[in-house]
Amino acid sequence: MDYHIMRTFADSWGLLAMLLFFIGASIFAFRPGSKVLSDEAARIPLKDD
Amino acid sequence: MKHGSAIIGLGVATFLVLLAAGFTYDAAFASHMWVLFFVLLISVVVLLRRTTFEPAPVINRSAYMDEPIRYGVIATMFWAVVGLLVGVVVALQLAYPELNIEPWFNFGRMRPLHTSGVIFAFCGNALLATSFYVVQRTSRARLFGGDLVWFVFWGYQLFIVMAATGYLLGITEAREYAEPEWYVDLWLTIVWVAYLVVFLGTILKREEPHIYVANWFYLSFIVTVAMLHVVNNLSMPVSLLGTKSYSAFSGVQDALTQWWYGHNAVGFFLTAGFLGMMYYFVPKQANRPVYSYRLSIIHFWALIFLYIWAGPHHLHFTALPDWAQTLGMVFSIMLWMPSWGGMINGLMTLSGAWDKLRTDPIIRMMVAAIAFYGMSTFEGPMMSIKTVNSLSHYTDWTIGHVHSGALGWNGLIAFAALYYMVPKLWNRERLYSMRMVSWHFWCATLGIVIYAAVMWVAGIQQGLMWREHDEQGFLVYSFVESVAALHPYYLIRALGGGLYLTGALIMAWNVAMTILGYQRDEEPIGGAIPAMQPAE
Repeated sequence: MDYHIMRTFADSWGLLAMLLFFIGASIFAFRPGSKVLSDEAARIPLKDD
Repeated sequence: MKHGSAIIGLGVATFLVLLAAGFTYDAAFASHMWVLFFVLLISVVVLLRRTTFEPAPVINRSAYMDEPIRYGVIATMFWAVVGLLVGVVVALQLAYPELNIEPWFNFGRMRPLHTSGVIFAFCGNALLATSFYVVQRTSRARLFGGDLVWFVFWGYQLFIVMAATGYLLGITEAREYAEPEWYVDLWLTIVWVAYLVVFLGTILKREEPHIYVANWFYLSFIVTVAMLHVVNNLSMPVSLLGTKSYSAFSGVQDALTQWWYGHNAVGFFLTAGFLGMMYYFVPKQANRPVYSYRLSIIHFWALIFLYIWAGPHHLHFTALPDWAQTLGMVFSIMLWMPSWGGMINGLMTLSGAWDKLRTDPIIRMMVAAIAFYGMSTFEGPMMSIKTVNSLSHYTDWTIGHVHSGALGWNGLIAFAALYYMVPKLWNRERLYSMRMVSWHFWCATLGIVIYAAVMWVAGIQQGLMWREHDEQGFLVYSFVESVAALHPYYLIRALGGGLYLTGALIMAWNVAMTILGYQRDEEPIGGAIPAMQPAE
């Protein structure tokens, strides 16, 4: 596994995998019904001391 | 026996260090080992004096473990004053070369003392203390690991002492922000893994089903710094009893590894970790939830994915391949979006509570911190553009940029978090003085503005003088002329730094008096609340 193989992997499959993960995370964050859950999560610090 | 295993462990270590000091051929290593010997010896004596043979008191497993955080707060305050003081000294050394006291206190040795002092000692302790504070309260669980938490705290202080004394003795790897030699690096690795165990263990045993976003940021900071530290410090020591080691990389690969580390130290130590602070302490102080929790999740993933690629912009116009330079530039520019998303999220948390700016200097400090975060994350990508960089690179503009981020964002948000935590940790009704917080705020802000503005002027002037040539193509100025031209700016810069240090000293006094239980008799900020009068 030399430098060129790693470089080619990084700017093809590696890049694609990370992009898909990011898009997936974004869709997951804004999925229907997440608003209620995230509003709840946002209140965690205010619950207690 | 209380502290039994610590006393035995430290005692054995003290003896081994004495052997190392005796058997080494390397004078610098011997000096460094003598320093370590006395530090460990004092620790053993202190622990022996504090030990008891009474049965250990029962620990309340449901209560938060706050004692290490109290120590962490005091350590943060202490290292803040030390690090900033050294900063003012090195600023004056640049203006007055006579202040370079050879060999221990010349600029070359004092400068890493300042950078490591503020980044790792001050900011590092702030991160330790706040992460332990936040993870317990947002997980509703006691810290995992018991005495391992103390090992993390004291082990980290030992790392700082070894790094700092090493610099003054002239022991350095000459890797920016990673100057300590191999044996200190190994020690930090052990401490950092213990830190990860404590933090992750606490998250795993949480009572709260959801992991609050601040903990995501803290965890990414701990994991990434571990990775950065290990890869950047891959090196081969010359001998077991000597200071010198050689990097596993050479040439431009070594340079890129260093700046991959260096830029992500900024990205994960000084940004991700401090965003964790922002996502907890701003909602707490404003008493309202974060503006958009979903935006904070996008902020997190975007920051994680983009930051790691931006390092090559530190190596524009070097032997680094052109495509790598461009890659670094493009990713730096893309970083604008998550940075500003996070900034807007932090600022908008105050929507509906903006009146608190007038009466609460801690909120004011947080808002200024987030504003400086926005400004420096605008300036950074701009400076990474190659055409801008050709003017700004190697000039004081860079120094100004770094300080608007470090003093403005890291300093102010850490100070605000400390102001929030201190009365809570010591069960005080309020801080000793809110008016002194206001004084601190104005001294610090004025100091940063002076510092950053004067470094812009100095840097651009410096860059323009270096590239100025006459119609025949000869350079107009010699290098030393550009140095001489900067003298007045260096004086004003020292003034700005001095103001910032003054603010930190005011804070140290305020925090100390709060811990001791005093309350200053003063009028509340915004004036006394007028008594309501019934309509007649």
